[in-house]
Amino acid sequence: MAKRVVCYINQFFAGLGGEEQAHVPPSSRPGVAGPAMQIQSLLGEEAVVVGTVICGDSYYGEHLEEAREQCVRMIAGFKPDLLVAGPAFNAGRYGVACGDICASVTGSLCIPSLTGMYRENPGVELYSPKTYIVKTADSARGMKDALAAMSSLAVKILRDIPLGAAMDEGYFPRGIRKNFFHKTNGAKRAVDMLLKKIAGEQFITEYEMPVFKKITPAAPVKDLSKATIALVSSGGIVPKGNPDHIRVSSAESYGVYDISSLDDLTPDNFESIHGGYDRVWANDDPDTVLPLDVMREMEKEGVFGKLYDQVFTTTGTGTAVAHAERFGQEIGEKLKKDGVDAVILTST
Amino acid sequence: MVREIENTAGIPVVQIATIVPIMLTVGANRIVPGVAIPHPVGDPSRGEEGDKAVRRELLERALRAIQTPIEEQTIFTS
Repeated sequence: MAKRVVCYINQFFAGLGGEEQAHVPPSSRPGVAGPAMQIQSLLGEEAVVVGTVICGDSYYGEHLEEAREQCVRMIAGFKPDLLVAGPAFNAGRYGVACGDICASVTGSLCIPSLTGMYRENPGVELYSPKTYIVKTADSARGMKDALAAMSSLAVKILRDIPLGAAMDEGYFPRGIRKNFFHKTNGAKRAVDMLLKKIAGEQFITEYEMPVFKKITPAAPVKDLSKATIALVSSGGIVPKGNPDHIRVSSAESYGVYDISSLDDLTPDNFESIHGGYDRVWANDDPDTVLPLDVMREMEKEGVFGKLYDQVFTTTGTGTAVAHAERFGQEIGEKLKKDGVDAVILTST
Repeated sequence: MVREIENTAGIPVVQIATIVPIMLTVGANRIVPGVAIPHPVGDPSRGEEGDKAVRRELLERALRAIQTPIEEQTIFTS
């Protein structure tokens, strides 16, 4: 029996109209519409496109929850084996809608899904871990190739053929690692890679480093004598006994500690729980990592206005970037609310 | 963490740590190189007074950093 596929497309590709129709709420029709027609012809006898769900890009973006709920319901009604959305190319709202409906259908209906986008589409970063996003060109000029790649991945998924690496299959990495036995050992592969690098040849890393964002530097403090300054540290300095059970490595939390009545960190009140460096010196004098003593002295001398009453600490070793970013955002919100003017952050 | 605090609060954050390339990579804008990984803001080998003097110098430098207008990531070495 042929497998059942549902397609999701926007108002434009459904032929309803352009921007002036972007507000239309979800609707569905049996069989194919727009690019779904081509998908059906590429799938051949492999599968039948049993229905197409259509939604205006602005509607989906502005009524995320309603649109998602309505579309999931319509898609579920067709009892599909696979959802194919887009391709969205570099259209931001469409990409987010395609990613969101794919992630939702896979998440709530346990039906596999795939879509197609250009690498800079914001939908890629948001949804690539949750669905298959095939790499496409940046505009509909690449429609033919996009539909061919998406259909070929669709067939593999429908036939339950184990997928190879994202790079080989042509979709954006989903952050999934699979173990396998390589013909050559790691040492030889590493040296081969190094030789290629030295020779200026192309090589493919087996362990991609995360790409960090850069931000524009904040404006400087104008009047230090009136400034409130906060201390933050990823050096694992916590009140003795680690009351918040912050992990010694791969931390998923941070602590907020009142230091308003303290002038000095000593082995009696604070300690280091950091699992990534030799803690002998930090335990002997925690000020060598979290410099409360000298900050307090300078505050008393009037070098700056005030030391903020709380310190924020965590252990920065093996900490996931996503967690570290969240800590930063939460701490930033609090400092902003409390009118703090600058931060000194120490790391080990 | 350093980048997101600065981004969210909109205030200057100066990072003091020892491995400068990591601070550059994670996006710290104001950077003060520390003494050593296990004691970035102190030098216990110089005795109690010396240790504190080192800390004071680094923190004064950090305070200068947060008062300095910058356009890009900057390492404050003195």
